[in-house]
Amino acid sequence: MNEILNFLIDNEILIYLLLFTILLGFEVISKVPSVLHTPLMSGANAISGIVILGAIILIRTTESDNYITLILASIALFVGSINVFGGFFVTNRMLEMFNKKKKN
Amino acid sequence: MEKVLFLMSAFLLVWGLRLQSDPASASKGNKLASVGMLLAIFSAIIMPLENSNSNLIWVIVPLSLSSVIGYLIAQKIKMTSMPQMVSIFNGLGGLSAVLLSFTEIYKWIALPDSYDITVVIVLISSLFIGSIAFTGSLLAFAKLDGYRWSEKLTLPFQHIVNIIFLSLIVGSSYLFVTNPDISYLYLIIILSFIYGIFFVAPIGGADMPVVISLLNSFTGITAALTGIIFGNIVMLLGGILVGAAGTILTILMCNAMNRSLLNVIIGGFSSSGSSKENKEQGDIKEISDSDFAVQLFYSNKVIIIPGYGLAVAQAQKLCKEIQETLEANDVEVKYAIHPVAGRMPGHMNVLLAEADVDYAKLIELDQANEEFKSTDVAVIIGANDVVNPDAIDDSSSPLFGMPILKVWESTSTVVLKRSMSAGYAGVQNPLFFKKNNKMYFGDAKESLQRLSSELKNL
Repeated sequence: MNEILNFLIDNEILIYLLLFTILLGFEVISKVPSVLHTPLMSGANAISGIVILGAIILIRTTESDNYITLILASIALFVGSINVFGGFFVTNRMLEMFNKKKKN
Repeated sequence: MEKVLFLMSAFLLVWGLRLQSDPASASKGNKLASVGMLLAIFSAIIMPLENSNSNLIWVIVPLSLSSVIGYLIAQKIKMTSMPQMVSIFNGLGGLSAVLLSFTEIYKWIALPDSYDITVVIVLISSLFIGSIAFTGSLLAFAKLDGYRWSEKLTLPFQHIVNIIFLSLIVGSSYLFVTNPDISYLYLIIILSFIYGIFFVAPIGGADMPVVISLLNSFTGITAALTGIIFGNIVMLLGGILVGAAGTILTILMCNAMNRSLLNVIIGGFSSSGSSKENKEQGDIKEISDSDFAVQLFYSNKVIIIPGYGLAVAQAQKLCKEIQETLEANDVEVKYAIHPVAGRMPGHMNVLLAEADVDYAKLIELDQANEEFKSTDVAVIIGANDVVNPDAIDDSSSPLFGMPILKVWESTSTVVLKRSMSAGYAGVQNPLFFKKNNKMYFGDAKESLQRLSSELKNL
């Protein structure tokens, strides 16, 4: 119990941030027309690939001969960034179609 | 320096997502968010770290490979397979989080003093949620792509089995934390993978978009948890943002179908398909090519209701062709888009946009229901559940309560369909037996082809 309490105190700012970001996330999306549900899901999905930052940091702090960690982390980076890049490109393609319509 | 960059990228991610909730600015929003992401990746590569080693090659190679692969997939993929694509991408994101948490926990086993116990608990949670997102998304993909086996994975008493699995996972996590033996860790991973499959298995195929959105928010949450471990605020922020936004989006989608999230997860459609079966159905009437063409040709107003059938047959361009032929003869043509038509909200809009159909011709549910009264022919192409009158009339129907398109209020309706089989919800549609309805059987593409040439001969 004490350990959990200490963890909360040590990460006080992070916890505050966590709470406010949850509210922000709710607020940002609360009114979306159904037309945009698919592109938005896809766009948000690309952002969730932000987990690759962890992979990058992990790779950079691993000893250069610790191959198991390096290999696992770069696979993580590889699959995660397919999520990121693929997600953004696909979303862009979807949204460009709507744009094209608007101008006509 | 990198702190400023991280700050900017956090701002761009939030602002980009904000812009994406409005059709006019959505495209710009996505670009802003991707710039934000690039900044974040760049900062993570250049930021000064303690015990930093120059393993740059291990970063650059996977990054450049996957950017090329991601770009190619995004360009090649058909617009109709978009839901599946998002699902696969999400699964990869989940897998990434699993690998990352595993590697971190692995390091902890070697050096048990280097981490707080709380950190390990956070890592295990991230591992667990990431695993659900991974295998769950893969199963969602299989269901959307129509693999038969994917519908048969449900066990008897699935919900009880799931609870047992959950307690097993919690139990083995407890064992692992108190006695860090790697075999417990493997056990947690295997159990979590299976749990991900069980989580999605009982949910009906029609609800997959909702599930994908939910799994998407799971991936966001794992990203945030990992962000806490790495002490990276952008990760935390981006992850939670997606987690919260994904949850809201999931709820919005459920609302569009008039169902609760709990109802979707428990699998409402699959369990209650026993609507009055021997109801008086009456006869169906077929319409011939020439009759259909003539009927459309001499109408004043036609509304087309597209559904998944149009998407699988890739017939959207033919649809546009027919629209143009009719318009050249002073027939007013519109498209009524149900919020959940197709396999994903917005699916039909994307599809018709691909065929260059004018945005102004697409009307939404409420407006369409006003306009049916003054419509001569409503043409339903490959849609079924979204025009099922049972949703209003029959309280025992699994569709009951879902807002639907009241096509039968038009003077006549024609349903283009491959066969009499039930729709995705697995229920029969009384619309087909109504007096003013005619059926036009066949694959949407071939049917529209026949209709189009018939129209041109008039």
